[in-house]
Amino acid sequence: MSAVSPSRRAVLAGGGALVIGFSLHRSAVAQDAAAPAELPGDLAKEPLLDAWLRIGGGGDITVFTGKAELGQGLKTALVQLAAEELVVAPEMVRLITADTALTPNEGYTAGSHSMQDSGTAIRNAAAQARRLLVARAAGLLQLPAAKLQAKGGTVVAADGRRLGYGELVGNDLLHVKAAPQSTFIAAKRRRLIGEDVPRIDLPAKVAGGAAFVQDLRLPNMVHGRVVLPPAYSARLRSVDTAAASRLPGVLKIVEDGSRLAVIAETEPQAIRAMATLAASANWDEAPDLPDPANLFETLAALPAETVPVHDGPGDMPSGANVLEARYRRAYQMHGAIGPSCAIGLFDGDALTVWTHSQGVYPLRAALAQLCGLPLAKIRCIHREGAGCYGHNGADDAAADAALLAMALPARPVRVQWMREQEHTWEPYGSAMLVHVRGAVDALQHIVAWDYTVRSSAHATRPGGAGNLMPAWHRARPIAQPAPQPLPLPEGGGDRNAVPLYAIPRLRVMYDFIPAMPLRASALRGLGAYMNIFAIESFVDELAKAAGAGAIDFRLAHLADPRAKAVINTAAARFGWEGFFRAEGHGRGFAFARYKNLAAYLGLAVEVAVDHESGGVRLVRATAAVDAGEAINPDGIKNQIEGGILQAASWTLYESVRFDRSRILSRDWSSYPIMRFSQAPDAVEVHVLDQPGQPFLGTGEAAQGPIAAAIANAIADAVGVRMRDIPITPEQVKAAIGV
Amino acid sequence: MITLTVNGRTHRLEIEPATPLLYVLRGELGQNGAKFGCGFGECGACTVIVDGEPVFSCLLPAIAAAGRKITTVEGLGTPAKPSPLQAAFIAEQAAQCGYCTAGMITRAQALIDRNPSPSESEIRAWMEPNLCRCGTYLRIIRAVRRLAEAWAKAHPGAPEEASR
Ligand code: FES
Ligand code: FES
Repeated sequence: MSAVSPSRRAVLAGGGALVIGFSLHRSAVAQDAAAPAELPGDLAKEPLLDAWLRIGGGGDITVFTGKAELGQGLKTALVQLAAEELVVAPEMVRLITADTALTPNEGYTAGSHSMQDSGTAIRNAAAQARRLLVARAAGLLQLPAAKLQAKGGTVVAADGRRLGYGELVGNDLLHVKAAPQSTFIAAKRRRLIGEDVPRIDLPAKVAGGAAFVQDLRLPNMVHGRVVLPPAYSARLRSVDTAAASRLPGVLKIVEDGSRLAVIAETEPQAIRAMATLAASANWDEAPDLPDPANLFETLAALPAETVPVHDGPGDMPSGANVLEARYRRAYQMHGAIGPSCAIGLFDGDALTVWTHSQGVYPLRAALAQLCGLPLAKIRCIHREGAGCYGHNGADDAAADAALLAMALPARPVRVQWMREQEHTWEPYGSAMLVHVRGAVDALQHIVAWDYTVRSSAHATRPGGAGNLMPAWHRARPIAQPAPQPLPLPEGGGDRNAVPLYAIPRLRVMYDFIPAMPLRASALRGLGAYMNIFAIESFVDELAKAAGAGAIDFRLAHLADPRAKAVINTAAARFGWEGFFRAEGHGRGFAFARYKNLAAYLGLAVEVAVDHESGGVRLVRATAAVDAGEAINPDGIKNQIEGGILQAASWTLYESVRFDRSRILSRDWSSYPIMRFSQAPDAVEVHVLDQPGQPFLGTGEAAQGPIAAAIANAIADAVGVRMRDIPITPEQVKAAIGV
Repeated sequence: MITLTVNGRTHRLEIEPATPLLYVLRGELGQNGAKFGCGFGECGACTVIVDGEPVFSCLLPAIAAAGRKITTVEGLGTPAKPSPLQAAFIAEQAAQCGYCTAGMITRAQALIDRNPSPSESEIRAWMEPNLCRCGTYLRIIRAVRRLAEAWAKAHPGAPEEASR
């Protein structure tokens, strides 16, 4: 049952066309969206039930997802769904994740889409499989289906007769197209959905099991390391490979244009050869980075394409109270704790790459171009890496492993980047600028809003080889293609640029900068982080100007009851009304619905501002989240808690440092992130379950709100409005004027 | 020839004496727990316990570990039979990606071994060298506190400061 049939392959290859939709320009996608989506979730892309779910003759159940576990608990939630609808114990379900030879093509695991796309598909596939099993049993037992029950891997009749799923399934039962509708297990019979099922991957992770691609050891495996140019602009002038090639264990030195790499028997040997090679390399580099002191002026002056996001009247009515503000965000990095890693194996004919890429199918297409192999000769298999939170070095390391495997056929080559390589070469979250004008009237209503956000690209993921950094450095380089803005409604830099508040005169523009002064791509939340920071900060500024309270002002501009519910819950659980303002402390609020179509989040925080140093500490945070039907409430809480801490770290501490030619954030001291001592005292997350409602992506829902809530709380604490991220102690101190 | 005692087992290894312990654990000994994160003592992903002290195995030359008692996360328990601390991490679901987790557990174990009931502020101060990008610090603190509270409950006569 595990082999992939030729027809299945053809179907999967055909599905490959769909993923391209992700990078299509907005007009094409708008047409796509208009077409009727008959099948739920990603069943629309891959309609055959047995693409998602197979049952062996022995009753063994295998579920396939094209999405990847990124530390978000995806595997556990998908197993919960499948096991629930098949009425089996979760242990009976084996889950195969993103693998171009085995699983459906579900594009990237990104944008908080996995539950909507894959979860929906798997739940429906499992429910429909259950019905088919029961129907077949009904035929065999000559009983009406209503007299039968699926349970524990068998279909049971009232008279005690039972048939195992394996006996029923045959070769073809599940080889059918899915139907648009499914009958789910009734709420009162549910055992797993809505339960805090413990993560299935944790036992291995707490006890040193092989859990990550970094832990994968293949027979005869050797170790590769790359020498990366010291700057984006650097080109290799000369290198002396002799010394490195004489070192013990060295099997191969690769010199290809400005691309340098080594392969050695052991990891320490590879690292030593890498260091020797690096020391003998001379580079030409140019001071082509912006002056860091004038980064935002440079960005403001770069040519941009203007994308109308909400093309309404942006003029401010006369007589209203008009406010204007500018918000800025520095470049920030993913900063995975484990540097990127991949293993490549070329057997002389076909290439296999084990990777923590977020998109095995798009990566496969890029590698085909990079390595000059047909698609059918490449297999990309996802294995977990350290939490990536977007497009980091994963795909580039996969390209390194692929190229090195091609250079040394028949031996698996494992490549892991060094810390400094990850820090300096990963694509960052773009620096951003927001300019907003808004007006409130005497009735405490926002009457006009004119907003422009400006940034470089927020997605330069592979699709073509030109987005793989190693391709740029080869003797025959493939240049990076011109980045494109991501299409609405999800958007890139303009993600969440439109406030959800009812505003009669509303204009929102996105100035998309095609240039990338620093390499940039998708970082958790994309533009939503900055846009929500700016919107929710400015809403507080307007509320203050109108003389309204932060909570009431928001509620007065919202109609959606689910939006109101997360705001009211977060405020109540935080104790917004009775808040006791200790010296230097303040409270702040923020609300957003991620992408304006996914999870709703209301968030209240308390911060403490140190008058002497200007240092800000997040003291506590209380969130309420509505993610639709909650499959695993603790999983949702964990992601929101993690998002709050991570984005509080971005907001208070993080900014990529550089000079005119090089990235200077090379390690954790030159790019500090939140530590234990800086973590808040407490974070509370309340999940507002919506049984029967569609899943709403939640993984990125907290990123923007926490930034704004912190800034709003600082304003409450010390009366100064911080509009630049990161909010550094120096800036706070200067603003307070101490 | 270097002799390393890891999780109670003695290994005689033909290795470069300067090789960082991390590579010996992951290479020659085939372990997974200690992870490469930075290689310069800045993240704690590689943390192991050497003679009771939490140590960055990425910095410690193998020769300096010779003859000492090395404990890695594998030495505490197994996926099927987790140690009390490992079980507490599972009970609190104190991980997201889990890449930092083994280093967190080894560092916390070294604390528990010297102070079975640390307070929250003691835990924070002790754990400070280890980084988590996924923001699981509060769950990790809860996992360690879970053990601390269980200990305090089982030792009602213990001194005040050990059972806060
Ligand atoms: S890998 Fe040893 S401290 Fe980071
Ligand atoms: S759980 Fe991902 S780094 Fe800690």
